[in-house]
Amino acid sequence: MAELAAVLASTHHPFYYKATTSPPGERPPYADEWQRKVEAYRETLTAARPDVLVMVGADHFHQFFLDNYPQFAIGKAPRYDATFYNEIREFGLPTYVLDGDPDFSGFLLQGLLDRDFDLAVSHELKIDHSIICPIITVRPQADLPVVPIYTNIFVPPMPSPRRFWQLGQAIRQVIEEYPSDKRVAAIGTGHLSLELGGPRQFGEHGPDPDFDRKAIDWMASGNIGAILENVTHESMAGAGNATHGFMDLILMMGIADAQPADYVDELDLFHTREMYMTWYPRGSAA
Amino acid sequence: MSTYYVDKFLYTVDRDPEWVWRYQEDPEATVEEWEKEVGQWLNDVEQTSWLTFTDEERRALAAHDYVWLFEHGAHFFLNLTLFIALYDEQYARERGPLSFQREFATRLQHWLGKDYPSVAL
Repeated sequence: MAELAAVLASTHHPFYYKATTSPPGERPPYADEWQRKVEAYRETLTAARPDVLVMVGADHFHQFFLDNYPQFAIGKAPRYDATFYNEIREFGLPTYVLDGDPDFSGFLLQGLLDRDFDLAVSHELKIDHSIICPIITVRPQADLPVVPIYTNIFVPPMPSPRRFWQLGQAIRQVIEEYPSDKRVAAIGTGHLSLELGGPRQFGEHGPDPDFDRKAIDWMASGNIGAILENVTHESMAGAGNATHGFMDLILMMGIADAQPADYVDELDLFHTREMYMTWYPRGSAA
Repeated sequence: MSTYYVDKFLYTVDRDPEWVWRYQEDPEATVEEWEKEVGQWLNDVEQTSWLTFTDEERRALAAHDYVWLFEHGAHFFLNLTLFIALYDEQYARERGPLSFQREFATRLQHWLGKDYPSVAL
């Protein structure tokens, strides 16, 4: 059976690429520390020697829109183009063509349907920065096949935090039943407190440092009970209007089976707090 | 009020460089042209017959009035991204990085501590 070699949950930040590739004169003052932390985090994936990446993100109105926005969706394609025109325009992100793994996608889709998780499926999916940001940060050579899973953290009404947690647990079960000798890494990105298009955006810190502190502590210690007790759609909205991206991190805790994390790091990056967390289900990366 | 139609405008303009340019150059005419060329279409062939803006929505879009759009439930991500496309470069050049985004936030300060208008449809 396949081995779940590592689970990575982090914030994603589309400014990282530009900040760390700008010429010296334009490089922002926070770029050095940010790059050091990201490169240290990258090592936690490299050490797990993955063969395939299950990647959890959310389409930011790039391919999916309100005429038909899936709650949960999985890609099942041999290739995925990535990076949309408006992401290149705003963030200067590069384009990619990532290999897919249709067999593994199909196995995950069927295994999740069998567990009553009825995901939409896309055979022509263009990937946005929710998945490309972690490619840039933890696998910049972009050399591994991916299985993209998209969630709705954006369009109310959204699934509950509990449902994200349950889906994560189910994804772990299906990965571990996959008849293959591949080493699988699950990588998901979301947000801590975040405000976009509202009065608290782009402040000196994230919009709710208190939420960020608690969220990191709950996640690092595997305290899913406290999360499900305290984190609701209303409390997330109170922490910042785009904080619902935290639900993708809850999903990753489900894949990690709410164990204490093996690697935890963070960075107060003026308008957001960045967070980098890794679990090794076998106890080590080996 | 057709928040869906406003969001459709923001979404379809933001994703297409030609529409972004047109909306920057002549917003009023672009709103009108967009309704005929994009807004009423489900795809290249099929039409949606009933979608329309209210007068206030049309005015707000023609005026680049992102404060009004926020206050009437336009999706925060679409509302931010498109107006960044229109204003960020000029603001950054004249007043420094992220200055448009900070002005956007300042103009919404009266919402601090309150429940924001819902983006649910």
